[in-house]
Amino acid sequence: MPPAFRNPATMRTIHAWLLLLPALAFIAAFTHYPAVNTFIHSFFLDGRGGAPAQFVGLEHYQYLLEDEVFRKALVNNLLFASGTIPLSIGLAMTMAFLVNAGLAGQSVLRLCYFVPTVLPMIAVANIWLFFYTPEYGLLEQIRGALGLAGVNWLGSESTALPCVIAVAVWKDAGFFMIFYLAALQQIPPSLGEAAMLEGASRLYYYRRVVIPLLMPTTLFVLVNATINAFRMVDHLFVLTQGGPNNASSLLLYYIYEVSFKYWDTGYGAALTMVLLGFLALASIGQFGFLDRKVHYR
Amino acid sequence: MSAIQLLNVSRHWGDVRAVDDVSFEVEQGTMLVLLGPSGCGKSTTLRLIAGLESVTSGRIMIGERDVTHLPPAQRQLAMVFQSYALFPHLTVRENILFGLTVRKVPEAEREKRLTRAVDILGLSALLQRKPGELSGGQQQRVALGRALVAEAAVCLMDEPLSNLDAKLRHEMRREIRALQQTLGMTMVYVTHDQTEAMSMADRIILMQGGRIVQNATPSELYSRPATTFAGNFIGTPPMNLVRLDDARGSVCVAGSRSGKVGVVDSANYVLGIRPEHVRIVPDGWRAVVESVEYLGSSSVLGCRVGGEELSVVVDGVSDIAVGAEIYLHCPDEHIHIFDAQTGERRGTCR
Repeated sequence: MPPAFRNPATMRTIHAWLLLLPALAFIAAFTHYPAVNTFIHSFFLDGRGGAPAQFVGLEHYQYLLEDEVFRKALVNNLLFASGTIPLSIGLAMTMAFLVNAGLAGQSVLRLCYFVPTVLPMIAVANIWLFFYTPEYGLLEQIRGALGLAGVNWLGSESTALPCVIAVAVWKDAGFFMIFYLAALQQIPPSLGEAAMLEGASRLYYYRRVVIPLLMPTTLFVLVNATINAFRMVDHLFVLTQGGPNNASSLLLYYIYEVSFKYWDTGYGAALTMVLLGFLALASIGQFGFLDRKVHYR
Repeated sequence: MSAIQLLNVSRHWGDVRAVDDVSFEVEQGTMLVLLGPSGCGKSTTLRLIAGLESVTSGRIMIGERDVTHLPPAQRQLAMVFQSYALFPHLTVRENILFGLTVRKVPEAEREKRLTRAVDILGLSALLQRKPGELSGGQQQRVALGRALVAEAAVCLMDEPLSNLDAKLRHEMRREIRALQQTLGMTMVYVTHDQTEAMSMADRIILMQGGRIVQNATPSELYSRPATTFAGNFIGTPPMNLVRLDDARGSVCVAGSRSGKVGVVDSANYVLGIRPEHVRIVPDGWRAVVESVEYLGSSSVLGCRVGGEELSVVVDGVSDIAVGAEIYLHCPDEHIHIFDAQTGERRGTCR
């Protein structure tokens, strides 16, 4: 045996790397390699009919600036994010407070709130498709009964995106609620009792004690909600296909269309890099800025 | 005038009687300790006074006011919790001032009270720290500080020392008692530790199964326990409870022929004898030494007399070996007599 292998410290290092190897191999093969490849690919124009790909430099990125559909999808996505993130977090927190309050039947309520998360995305979208259907959909039946004029919810430019936002909020809030519920149950009841003895109202207690103590969870949920908002695509296939007139198209859906409908994979790769850039910025911002304001126990 | 008064207070959860028909008074400026094993209802009693639980029946008075149905905030009391209940995201300063901020006490008054409490408790260097950066003893002090600045009529403490190590517990015990006496606070203190109760209290209420067993001063509790439970709960090692036999016309220690007992005339009693009152003598109850426990200033001999076990405390190191045969005697005036059926005190022989 070579002397190096007799050194326990060396052996420990080797063991550590051997144990890390399987996971490392997978993450390299399925995450790092495709990411780097996408980056390289974004500088090439696909060769048609078997011709080799052609190096075009920053041409795709230049085209991005002129692409109106891209701009539309980007704005939509920012709207979508600024709608879904605060709404789903606010709703999740409220629902967690409700199901943690010790009301009768709270386990049933917890289940109800969590069900949307368990359902498959496509099934969820189909249920909502029925709600939004013109003429005989659920919403229209209610509006009809009230004597209001018909609205084509998914078919008009002004309502398509809000409708998609509503579905996403409905789906995410229950999931985030579980994290808040877990965090709430970590707060010792004696804190609430101490606050009560000191004369704090429930509102004051929630505002000054509970919500600050939930900040680590909020940060975690916020990161997840942001990622969800930028990778949202499944509902669009069923609900709107990005229409009408790209009114509800989001970045990832546009990337899908460019890459796999028009088979312009080089441009698709450039779009993907932009999306990645946004996600990286968002997480740096959240962890770098908010982390300092969060109290970890 | 009594600062706190409980009149026939009960708290039941279905069939469970956590607190059952409890009545007592706490004098202004004194310290009352609620003592008992876990589950005896002492903490529930405290929470009833605080208003954190509602009574099933009975009335609670604080000062002149009937507070039975008032919310905790209006009862004018401060409370120190077992877990301290400090807000982990707030600094020491914010924690101490929490209640005053909520109640919108003017800034100048707040500062005055803070400075005073912080000086008393020696916390001035820690004001900007968060609870997570403090030791257990320091956290304890912050919790005390929060109770002090409230300047409430009554201070409640729920096992405040149970999370501290033995040395610190001893220090804080003295400190809390000194604080209570110098500031003339009315305090209700819950503990399961008899040493804490004996050393701090003006009065002790011993509880068992939701009921009061005895309400007495510490020395009374020690010298005249009301039941076998009280005798057994106070004192280290606990009081020996000796059952009796009626053998051939004379009353003896159960299972022992030599253990003649003169103080009672039938076997329907149990004798309570404190280990420190038993003497080793040339002639008396024959006993076999079964264990020897050395404690430093004293040793505890575990002895068997007939069918009964007796602990005997002797000074310093004992040269008596396990298995040795010795003779024991207890002066009559130190023998407590309890009813064998009910466990209630029947008297001492004098």
